[in-house]
Amino acid sequence: MFKYANPTRFMELSGLVLPWFAAAAAILIAAGLYLGFTAPPDYQQGDTVRIMFIHVPAATMAMAVYGLMALASLIGLVNRHPLADIAAREAAPLGALFTALALITGSLWGKPMWGTYWVWDARLTSFLILLFLYLGYIALWNAIEDETRAARAAAILALVGAVDVVIVKYSVEWWSTLHQGESIFRMGGPLIASVFLWPLFAMMLGYGFLFAALWIVRIRTEILNRRSRSLLRAGA
Amino acid sequence: MTPFLALVARDMRLATRAGGSAMLALAFFAAMAAIVPLGVGADLRLLARIAGGVLWVAAVLAALLSLDRLFQLDFDDGSLDAIALGPLSLESVSAAKILAHWLTTGLPLTLLSPVLALLFDLPAQGYVPLVVSLAVGTPSVSAIGAIGAGLTLAVRRGGLILPLLVMPLIVPAVIFGSGAVLAAIDGLPSAAMGLLAAFSLGAVLLSPFATAAALRLNLAA
Repeated sequence: MFKYANPTRFMELSGLVLPWFAAAAAILIAAGLYLGFTAPPDYQQGDTVRIMFIHVPAATMAMAVYGLMALASLIGLVNRHPLADIAAREAAPLGALFTALALITGSLWGKPMWGTYWVWDARLTSFLILLFLYLGYIALWNAIEDETRAARAAAILALVGAVDVVIVKYSVEWWSTLHQGESIFRMGGPLIASVFLWPLFAMMLGYGFLFAALWIVRIRTEILNRRSRSLLRAGA
Repeated sequence: MTPFLALVARDMRLATRAGGSAMLALAFFAAMAAIVPLGVGADLRLLARIAGGVLWVAAVLAALLSLDRLFQLDFDDGSLDAIALGPLSLESVSAAKILAHWLTTGLPLTLLSPVLALLFDLPAQGYVPLVVSLAVGTPSVSAIGAIGAGLTLAVRRGGLILPLLVMPLIVPAVIFGSGAVLAAIDGLPSAAMGLLAAFSLGAVLLSPFATAAALRLNLAA
């Protein structure tokens, strides 16, 4: 893995895959949206069921990105690899955006379905706390000037947060539950009709590729930024 | 006296003497608790139900307020470097600092809480769970807060970023702590106290390692 972690090789390789990832994201999301809007309205939820195609993948990505960020932080902390530090740092704003998107679409769906934009339900609450974790992580990165020191501190926070977020999730669940349970990845197969399942899977894959493409762009930009900074310092 | 106890005693002296933060945290705790009824109204039935939650939130805020001094003053005047060179590992230093912080804020807050609960007309069966939950739970606030204090050492004016970092991590303590009080008021059986103790034990056990890692990266340069 570390063969590809050399920044120069990473730039070459990521430059090659980036257009494909971007194209895959565009096609999958377009297909998912088309299928989503042409699917019949749900017999209970009516047209609001379409919010699910934007909401559920965002929520999945919000958690997956935190996992990736924590993994990159661990590699950065153990192997002291700058590319891992950059990867963790650049994942955070994207994760925060997915979390915010999940919260916003969730409350838009909640208004017609539950009769209120916000309920202090377990999943909503744990996502709100996840958003605060992301914001704290970003704030810590920005608050420390020295790059390596900021990377170490943020990595420790990400790892502590990764352990804690699991406990937070269970404690919040203990506290209150209204959100429906898991209906896609569960024992005994999905509970959703396939006419809703296909657009959902397309959107999930599309979101995944979208994240990968944006992540790569952000990492490449930061590598170029650092190079230009060091060139400026060398020239000065 | 062992180095560990010497460090605890030193930190407690610093916190309780002039300019220390122990009394300030206690006064802040009382002021926070007193301002809530002014905001939500004087309905005693409502206040009785929210007493546990309000006192828990106030205790967390008061502890957070005094946390940015946990390492900052020692870091600024160089004593932290001297302590790091001493016989104690940074893990032990962190544990001693956490213990001293709890003894000077968490414990006094716990002892003051029943008096403040009187202002909220907390039902009689709620007092023991309130005091026990604060006694059991506030060590986790000191422990997790210490990680945040270590991480924000290099930040100029870290006081504002610290609560943002620590607040999401401390959520389980607030949930279980106030949950235990509420369950006792309603006369319901509840696992909250046990879960709170488990969370607190885990936090106290693991925090010195994370805190020491945070200190190490700040002392290295």
